[in-house]
Amino acid sequence: MDTHNYIIRQISIFSENRPGRLAAIAHALGEEKINILAFSIAEANGFGVVRALVDNPEKAHNKLQALGFNIAFTDVIAVKMKDQPGGLYEVAKILGDAGINIEYSYAYSGKDGAVLILRVDQVEDAIRKIRASGATLLERSVFH
Amino acid sequence: MVCWDPRIEEMPKEELQRMQYKLLKSLVYRLYSFSPFYHDRMKEQKVHPDDIRQLSDVKILPFMFKRDLRDGYPDKIFTASQDELVRYHVSSGTTGKPTVVGYTQNDIDLWTTSLARALTSAGLGRGDVIQVSYGYGLFTGGLGLHYGAERIGATVLPTSVGNTERQIELMQDLGSTAIACTPSYLLHMGEVAEKMGVSIKKDTKLRTGILGAEPWTESMRNRMQEWLGIRAIDIYGTSELSGPMFTECTEQKGFHVWGDLALTEVIDPKTEEPVTPGEKGELTITILKKEALPMIRYRIGDITSMDDSPCTCGRTHPRIQRITGRVDDMLIIRGINVFPSQVEYALMTIPEVGQHFQIVVERKGALDDMLVRVELNRESFSDKITDIMAIRQKVEHRLLNALNVKADVELVEPGSLPRFEGKSKKVIDKRSM
Repeated sequence: MDTHNYIIRQISIFSENRPGRLAAIAHALGEEKINILAFSIAEANGFGVVRALVDNPEKAHNKLQALGFNIAFTDVIAVKMKDQPGGLYEVAKILGDAGINIEYSYAYSGKDGAVLILRVDQVEDAIRKIRASGATLLERSVFH
Repeated sequence: MVCWDPRIEEMPKEELQRMQYKLLKSLVYRLYSFSPFYHDRMKEQKVHPDDIRQLSDVKILPFMFKRDLRDGYPDKIFTASQDELVRYHVSSGTTGKPTVVGYTQNDIDLWTTSLARALTSAGLGRGDVIQVSYGYGLFTGGLGLHYGAERIGATVLPTSVGNTERQIELMQDLGSTAIACTPSYLLHMGEVAEKMGVSIKKDTKLRTGILGAEPWTESMRNRMQEWLGIRAIDIYGTSELSGPMFTECTEQKGFHVWGDLALTEVIDPKTEEPVTPGEKGELTITILKKEALPMIRYRIGDITSMDDSPCTCGRTHPRIQRITGRVDDMLIIRGINVFPSQVEYALMTIPEVGQHFQIVVERKGALDDMLVRVELNRESFSDKITDIMAIRQKVEHRLLNALNVKADVELVEPGSLPRFEGKSKKVIDKRSM
């Protein structure tokens, strides 16, 4: 099985915790006509990390880097959830039973149902286990 | 080890101190009798030369400051008349009005002796070709090194500053084995040489750099030694002391300050008391034998520490460590002296953060609160919050070790801190606002 197809390039941006930083990022992406598909902010004391799935990660990376942002690519995977009560439990249980450790995750409501974005430590192993459990992983072509 | 003057340089400590006491005593008598300026100073402080009964009594003498030289412009506090002088040097006046230093023939000789000992300790001597790329003229660097290098029998190549490509050609053609210049000029020279297709390491005979007249760091030293294939020797002095006076020896463990020429103290700039030996403080120097412009307890304003133990090279004179900052930059945080340069050195050892920083001091309740803002490097950015927290902790820990006072650290985006705007923007002290 080619796990490669399921690895999605998330962009992660280091941001100081002060007004206007998110607006600056969003404005830059809008200017380049880059669409943000999923998005989250993790906050720690004094700084934050903005994470986003976009339709053109390379272009987003280049643009933001040129503006001076501290930006990195991160590999994540996306698991489809049922958009109904118990949907998250079903996915979380599969991951737990498979012994996959989640570093962080965030959810968004995709075009054909809810999606859970996951950052895991052993990405290829996780892809194999999730696929074997019968859950649906979204391919990277859905995003970019 | 080769010494220029072994009898003096290896003199047992006690003997050296007896010599210093005698020199100090006669200097103070002379100034009390012949210098109206210093006579008045001593009167104000109710000190008489008879009060100097041992070497440590130097601490009852009044200080001298840069402003004394400025106020005395051009030659009001000289203790020699113009016809006794053989030279003037004039400082650039970057921190105020220029100051003038006059020299008798003996002053020039002692300055030259100091450098002859220093250059010898740095491994130079007859057979060396020393390229002097300090400026010649009113600045003391060029002529000072020139005389010192000639005295030890080396061949001087007096290139002065500028015309770098020609300097590199001459360095090759005449086989310069040493260069005396500012560290930044040598770095520039290395880059220009590479553009010309010349490797200073492989294509020249250069093996020693006598580098000073501006602050530089251990990491610059390592870079130059490796890249240019030289031993990079630090040199120290100011025009008020005569000019460049003291260098490291080949052991590179601090400047040897010749005790028969200079009496060194390191004091706490606030209390004006001597610091514990080995602690950092303000360098205060008495030049024991100057004729035209004697300096007693001159507060140079440079921060360093002193090591009085004999050097592994065998020389017994006290050593002062690399200058780590200026008194004017000092902050007092919860009673502890903190220098921005200490923050700079601590940050330099942490690859995950940049070298630009900003210190913000506030008073929270009764306590001073110090925040250091530093840029997170692009290569070190991880998407994981815990990794970034770990970097911040590492910086906080390193700063605590270096400063002995706790500083909070804020990681900021690369390129976001002010650059090249001098020290004023590096420290924001809200306590005084």
